[in-house]
Amino acid sequence: MARGALQVRRWPGGVAAVCVATLILGTLLAVVLRAEAGRGLGPSDWAAIRFTVWQALLSAVLSVLLAIPVARALARRAFPGRRAIIGFLGAPFILPVIVAVLGLLSVFGRGGILNVALRWVGLPEVQIYGLHGVVLAHVFFNVPLATRLILQGWQEIPAERFRLAAQLGFGPREMARVIERPMLRRAVPLAAVVIFALCISSFTVALTLGGGPRATTVELAIYEAFHFEFDLGRAALLATVQIVLVGVAALLALRASVAEGFGAGLDRVVTRSDSGGLGKVSLDFVSITAASLFLLVPIVMVAVEGAAGLWKMPAQVWTAAVVSFCVALASTGIMLALALPIAIAAASWRGFEAVGLFGIAASPLVIGVGLFVVIFPIADPFALALPVTALVNAVMALPFALRILVGPVRDVVESYGRLSATLGIGGWAWMRLILLPRLKGPLGFASGLAAALSMGDLGVIALFADSETATLPLQMYRLMGSYQMEAAAGAAVVLLVTSFGLFWAFDRGGRSHVDA
Amino acid sequence: MKYLALAAGTLMSTAAWAETPVLTVYTYDSFVADWGPGPQIEAAFEETCDCDLKFVAAGDGAALLARLRLEGARSDADIVLGLDTNLAGAAAESGLFAPHGQSVAPDVPNPSGEAGAWEDPLFLPYDWGYFAFIYDTEKLADVPGSFEELAASDVSIVIQDPRSSTPGLGLLLWVKEQYGDEAGAIWEGLADNVVTVTKGWSEAYGLFLEGEADMVLSYTTSPAYHIVAEEDESKAAAPFPSHYMQIEVAGKLANSDQPELADKFLAFMTTDAFQSVIPTTNWMYPAFTPNEPLPDAFAKPIGPEQARLIPAGDVAAIREEAMAEWRAALSK
Repeated sequence: MARGALQVRRWPGGVAAVCVATLILGTLLAVVLRAEAGRGLGPSDWAAIRFTVWQALLSAVLSVLLAIPVARALARRAFPGRRAIIGFLGAPFILPVIVAVLGLLSVFGRGGILNVALRWVGLPEVQIYGLHGVVLAHVFFNVPLATRLILQGWQEIPAERFRLAAQLGFGPREMARVIERPMLRRAVPLAAVVIFALCISSFTVALTLGGGPRATTVELAIYEAFHFEFDLGRAALLATVQIVLVGVAALLALRASVAEGFGAGLDRVVTRSDSGGLGKVSLDFVSITAASLFLLVPIVMVAVEGAAGLWKMPAQVWTAAVVSFCVALASTGIMLALALPIAIAAASWRGFEAVGLFGIAASPLVIGVGLFVVIFPIADPFALALPVTALVNAVMALPFALRILVGPVRDVVESYGRLSATLGIGGWAWMRLILLPRLKGPLGFASGLAAALSMGDLGVIALFADSETATLPLQMYRLMGSYQMEAAAGAAVVLLVTSFGLFWAFDRGGRSHVDA
Repeated sequence: MKYLALAAGTLMSTAAWAETPVLTVYTYDSFVADWGPGPQIEAAFEETCDCDLKFVAAGDGAALLARLRLEGARSDADIVLGLDTNLAGAAAESGLFAPHGQSVAPDVPNPSGEAGAWEDPLFLPYDWGYFAFIYDTEKLADVPGSFEELAASDVSIVIQDPRSSTPGLGLLLWVKEQYGDEAGAIWEGLADNVVTVTKGWSEAYGLFLEGEADMVLSYTTSPAYHIVAEEDESKAAAPFPSHYMQIEVAGKLANSDQPELADKFLAFMTTDAFQSVIPTTNWMYPAFTPNEPLPDAFAKPIGPEQARLIPAGDVAAIREEAMAEWRAALSK
């Protein structure tokens, strides 16, 4: 790697990386030390482990199976709105989980529109609580992700191959065997493993739609051990199990992602000889329409119900919204303070990036329990609920931010390093004059993601909050718990608007000055 | 001069406000709701105490206790209101509570001893009720009359988690008390009727009202709420051969910084001013019958011979086994 003559300062990155590693490993250590070795895992813990793996497996397989026809349809069709749909597939990433759950309830719940329709035609009703609901919500979140990943696979197949295949007179079967199946063999396992890893540590979905001995994930069991029984030892033991599970899943995901395809794809529609025929066109039409409806209807339901609920919300919702907004901004600030130095240091040594990626394997509840164990003897953990939430959210957003920032930082260092060194620009001046102006786009994008993720997060705060401090997602969960569904829908609209608004503002802010 | 007077006035009123002692009471969510007993009781007590009574909603039953243990000596709570006799043993073991020092004779059935006797030195009763499954008479025709019939039917139910909620624990002990060694088999039969297990009573009752299940575990007095508050006579409690009781209790924390005020509150709890609020806000029977008669909807459908209650001291020994049976049956 050409580093240029510019000597990038690595120590700030080192400090930031050490902070992150200390937070993740230190809390882990605190948890492990607290776990009493002799206790072992009870039958209900094993049930939670089995359920965690099983629901993640089902979610991954179903998401991928549903995504394949959608991705294929998007890959081989050109129509107005295609780009909008592909862009929309990125939305679930920053959609607050609790909002989606409320939307799914209004569609698939017993009083939801699906069951009303089923009752009307005399069919048996569907049940959303338990395994079904957990998997349904995970599929809702991950079909778009799987579609994007598989679509990328399709788009990485150069148009020339399809032309060559057409020239050689390939029928649909040969086309599938020679071109598509090898691509799917690479793209599908990667998508499946990534989704599996994401679903292993899912908390909000299990909290709202699961529960009870039959549908408890390990993350939820940690929360219950902590909240119902105040059994720190068992919480710690479960946290250790969780780390192993997430760690194994993350390793699988990393291994699967090593086998990458043929470079960058051109995001254009490949004209294919085998895409004609009424059957295929209608199949593609149905795939895209069904997927769009599946993703859009719950959100639209929340928006419609929420518009009415806005007037029925208790004042706490607005307080919680302000609290969440401040936490999101603080979290974004912390994320930047960590990510930027690490990204700069990673421009000269990739090892730094790995530290940030740690965050993927860490579970927020494990960090939460660890921090609780550490803080409890010296201070009141409940008083620190909000700072802790901001900190943990920042660390959770760090891996994504680094993915976004490391490449562009390296480009700047490589392109401008020699010139800067010649002109004697270094240190702060270099940051201010050379690096930051060129990094506004990626910084805005990363900040937008961090802010939106923090805004919608319901994790650590559920462990630490007392009845007075609540973030907006927690307040919404409480409203749902006391069955004030209209007020909850109103809160969902506020949450939705703030999350997407924060993302939009940061991302937009980053892009508007990119040429300055 | 005017400003000075104003400033002095403000300062003095702040000082006066700062001197008003605050009594913090941890309780469950539905107690502090606008329609719950909290607001009326707060007003009534503040009239007599020259203090600020602050209710903090800290979760149902066991979650309330876990919260106290979580906070330990740092807790702001002076009083905990909303445990029940089934949890009293575990709560006493935590060592967080101080004796109430009162002798009372509550009007509460006592299946295992002499009526009116109250021997718990740490906790005082404030209301009680019978657990029952509530259903909608307009929607459910074949009402099961026992756990066996319920298990054999395809009637869907919502129950509460015994680890976090007092009704959930009550149901667990109800089944265990009635069936003993057969309790596990009963739970296996009930497993496919259970739609979901909620963390607290409010969630479960809300799910039932939204139509997510045919029946919900609540109290025989729940239909009274619909009759009195909503003039809706469609809700009813399914009569079973026996009904487990719940006696809700409150206790004073040993670490309270307002011990006298806490004692005052516990004494207030047994008077008419508190007890007369309970029936039509908490929808339970008052533990000390107030002068004014109960609404007709509270006519007791269950005779004392049907009442069941495991004595507080025996719960701990039974709880573990019952919990294991419950978990094993429901996690299949």
